[in-house]
Order: sequence, then structure tokens, then C-alpha cells
Amino acid sequence: MYTFSNRLKLGSIILMAVGLLGIIGGFVMAPGTVEEAKAMVAAHDDGHEAAASHDSENSHAAAASHEGDHSASHDEHLLDQLKNRPWAALYVAAFFFMMIALGVLAFYAIQRAAQAGWSPLLFRVMEGITAYLVPGGIIVFVILVLSVLHMNHLFIWMDADVVAHDELLQGKSGYLNPTFFLIRAAIFLGGWIAYREYSRKLSLKQDESNDNSNFKMNFRISAAFLVFYLISESIMSWDWIMSVEPHWFSTLFGWYIFASMFVSGITVIAMVTIYLKSKGYLPDVNDSHIHDLAKFMFGISIFWTYLWFSQFMLIWYSNIPEEVTYYVTRIEDYKLPFFGMVAMNFLFPLLLLMNSDYKRINWFVVMAGIVILAGHYMDIFNAIMPSTVGDQWFIGIPEIGAILFFAGLFIFWVFRALSTVPLQPKRNPFIEESRHFHY
Amino acid sequence: MASKVIQAFYNDDDVLMHAVKKVKAAKHHIEEVYCPFPVHGLDKAMGLAPTRIAITSFLYGCVGLTVAIVMMNFIMIKDWPQDIGGKPSFSYIENMPAFVPIMFELTVFFAAHLMVITFYLRSRLWPFKKAENPDVRTTDDHFVMEIEIHGNEQELKDLLAGTGAVEINISEKNSH
Repeated sequence: MYTFSNRLKLGSIILMAVGLLGIIGGFVMAPGTVEEAKAMVAAHDDGHEAAASHDSENSHAAAASHEGDHSASHDEHLLDQLKNRPWAALYVAAFFFMMIALGVLAFYAIQRAAQAGWSPLLFRVMEGITAYLVPGGIIVFVILVLSVLHMNHLFIWMDADVVAHDELLQGKSGYLNPTFFLIRAAIFLGGWIAYREYSRKLSLKQDESNDNSNFKMNFRISAAFLVFYLISESIMSWDWIMSVEPHWFSTLFGWYIFASMFVSGITVIAMVTIYLKSKGYLPDVNDSHIHDLAKFMFGISIFWTYLWFSQFMLIWYSNIPEEVTYYVTRIEDYKLPFFGMVAMNFLFPLLLLMNSDYKRINWFVVMAGIVILAGHYMDIFNAIMPSTVGDQWFIGIPEIGAILFFAGLFIFWVFRALSTVPLQPKRNPFIEESRHFHY
Repeated sequence: MASKVIQAFYNDDDVLMHAVKKVKAAKHHIEEVYCPFPVHGLDKAMGLAPTRIAITSFLYGCVGLTVAIVMMNFIMIKDWPQDIGGKPSFSYIENMPAFVPIMFELTVFFAAHLMVITFYLRSRLWPFKKAENPDVRTTDDHFVMEIEIHGNEQELKDLLAGTGAVEINISEKNSH
């Protein structure tokens, strides 16, 4: 039995407290009026106001702006962007940590459906991480509900005024409307959480039973869940991420977000496993298990890059205005995070984890994992921010505060879940194979 | 020089692995193990030096990447600049994304093919070479461990019989 150490508990609570202060600070610092917004930008950019309020062509106010004074609409747009910033920072971090749990859930379901022999020793770790899906998913859902209630302007298509002036959005309104949006979100989250809870229950029951009926049942529902997950994850990525830019679309976006959540999830499994091992738990987990997880981190990082580049190259090559705006904004206003993310998500894992021996060195895997997680946070950041805050982005108090808060909540929830049951499944039919797993 | 070797046959890779460990523990030098398929961890158990083929693979990949970069620069920018998809730029860097698939493919191509050729050279394999395996069954379902005899025939026989060998042969060998 793992006991949640007081130091870790205290650490996670401190993270949450500091993070909460940062989030509140972000909301307090957001400007309330156009004048405040202009003053902030003027102070911030040291007088380069003209450059700062220069508008990117595909951001929201372009659609939102009505007839009238051009510079006034710019200023209003600036205010909207600055008001969006704490919300967007909160949303990016909330989504990122929810996505880790969801990625782990997909990985877990694949292990179950494939009846993998190497991984059953890690099942309790994975189940512990997926426990975060409940609070994490609910928080994301609450943010979406608040968006529908017009507390923020993350999703421009929720604004009836904007839709009234936009024929494209009117054409999409059969799908992109607040009611259907929330119904979809509820179905997806409900399905994921239901599978997680049921599979966990069967997994625990298997330890106590005399036959393998729970194991077989788990196999069946995992296979069914993967079908549901594939569809729901794809639609979720259009709804929760792609729709912040409602004019733009990419057909492989679902896969792209999947690759991000999958590699982040596997990285967190490796990190939690290494942490628990360093504390003397999980005695049967050996370097070969870590090696396999690191192989997945390496492989899925390259898979992510493949999708990132496939999306980029087709759009860059065809150069169709309504598609290419996505990359024009990012390359003009987000050069460092946009290309830095590719270095963090591709070059680092490629070079650090290429050598087979390095995948067995635990601290090396943790270091590579930190870079990968930061890189995939940047991935979500780059997906949400350009359409919500435009060129007013910065990684400052609201962003870091939100990361710290959700990191604290994640650690607290995951390790609390890990401490409730024994860390090693007893009666999994493959447990012996997993114990003797060697490369 | 002809030498006498003892050949122990196994029909399972797990049994073979245990046998190799046992023979190594008894401080005998294993000349060779013939397998129908690669057995994970056998090289470590036999005490072979780690392979350096991964390093050659990385270097070949770098060669492939360089070839792709230089080749596309010559073909598409220098020798015969082409206007494809309305991108008539004479700059390499501005056309670079279009060349990435080629860079990737040539990196893989060079790494894979040159690594295989290196492996063949290093293992002294070429077409029409006479097979070295002592028994045709090692290409089907049997594993053969070969140990050179230095006047300790009976001792080796007893040791190998205790490791689960299905057959033990003594034969003359004309090599090395």
C-alpha cells in the first residue's frame, strides 16, 4: 500500500494555493475598460502602441467589428483580448491536465484491449492518473458552460451578435450552437468517466475473485471504449479547440490533439512510476518497463511531429487564404512558442531518447519527460491563444498560476487515488508475464 | 586447423537461455550459438561485446539527410529552378518544407540499406556463400550451442546433458 506522503501532499496544496493566487491575480489585473486596456498595452510595449494594436487578420474582432470607426473597434478588440487572457490561460492549463488523464485512459484501454503482457504491473498507476479525469473533466466542462453563459469570449461563435453578421457561422450553426455543444461535451465526458470508473471497479474486483470473468469483461468494454474514444476525442478536439477559430478547419486535427495527449499521458505514467519506484514501491517494475514507456515517448513524439508537419505542409503548400491564416498568425505573433514547441516536442526527444541505453536511465527519462510535457503545454497554448488573445500573449502570472494550480490539483488527486488500493494487481492473468518482463 | 567441438541441440529459446547462463557460470567459452530467429538477451548472456551497428545507423542517417539537402538544392534551386504550386522562389529556405518528406525518406533509406550492407560485410555474408550452420535444423526449429573441446569432453557432455539439450554431438570442425 502506498501512503500519500505528507511532504508531497503539502507540496501539492502549496502549488494549488500559489496557483489560485496567480489565477485570481490574472483576473484582477485584466482591464475593465478600453482606456485601461490601451494604457496597459502602452506601458507594456514601452510606447510601441501602434505595433501592438496592429491586428492579426483572422482574430475575433475582425468578425465582430461592426461598421464604424476603425480604430475604436481595434481598441475594443484589444480590450476583448486582454479580458480573454486570464480565461484562456485557465482553459489551456485545465485542458492540458485533463488531456493527460484522458491520454492515459486511452493508453490503458489499449493495454486492456490488446491483452498486453508487459504492462499489468503499471495498471494501478494508470488507474490512479485517470482518476483525475473526474475533477479535471468537470472543471473543463464548467469553463465551457461559463463560456456559453458569455462570461468570456473564448468561443466567438457563441456570440449571437457575431453569428448574425457572419454567413459562414450561420451555415455552421446547426452544429456549432451552444446547446448541442454542451450536450456533446456532457456525452463525451460522461462516457469517458463511466468507462474509467467501471473498468477500475472490474480491475479491483478481479483481485478478489476466483475466475477471470472480470478480466474478460474489462477486455470487452475496453475494446468498445476505444471505438467510442476515437470518435469522441476527434469531435472533442474540433469542439473544444478548433472552434476557437471557427472559420478554420483541418481534417487531421483530431489525430493531432490525440498524439499530444497520448505522448503527455505516457510521459506522466513513466514519471509517476519512476517516482513511486524511487520511494521503494512497485518492487517488481524493472528497467525494461521504463524502457518500454520511454520507447513510446520517443515513438509518439515522432508521430506527433509527423502530424504537425503533415498539417503544416499541406496548408503551406496550397496557400489558400482561409486555411493559411492559422499559420500566418502563429508565425507572425508566436514565432518563439510555435517553433520552440517543435524543438521541444521533436528534436529533444529524438536526440535524448534515441539511444537504447538512455531509455533505461530513470533520471534521463524524467528530464526528457519534463521537456515533452512543457512542449505539449505549449502545443495547446499555441492552439488556443492566437485566436483568443491574439498578439497580447505572454507567459506571465495568469498562465503560470493556472499551470501551478492544476499541477497541484493533479498531483493531489492522482496520489490520493494511488494511496487507496495496493499498487500491484494480484490476480491479473498476465501479472507473471509482466513481472518477468525483460528486454 | 581441425578442432573438436561439442554441439548441444535445444528446441526452445528459454531452455537455451538458461543453458547458456549455466555454461557461462561453469566458465566455459561458448564458440557460437545458431538460432532460427534472434533471441533477445542472448548476446548479453553469452558475454558478447555490445553491437556498434546502432552508431553506424545514426551516421548513415546523417549522410542520407545531407544527401537529401544537397540534392534538392541542386535539382530544385540551382540547376533547374521550378515553379510548383505558385512558389517560384529561388531560395532554398523558403522552399524547405516541400523537401522535408524527401529528407525523411532518404535518411531512412540510407540508414536502413547501409546498415544491412554493413551487417552483411561484418558477418562475412555474401551471395552463394556456403552456409556455416552445422545442422539444417537450426534454420527451422532447433538451437545449437557450440563449445570447443580441450580434452574435457566428458565433463562438457555431462554439463550439457543437465541443461535440457535434446541432442549432443561431437564433430570435427575445419575453421578459424
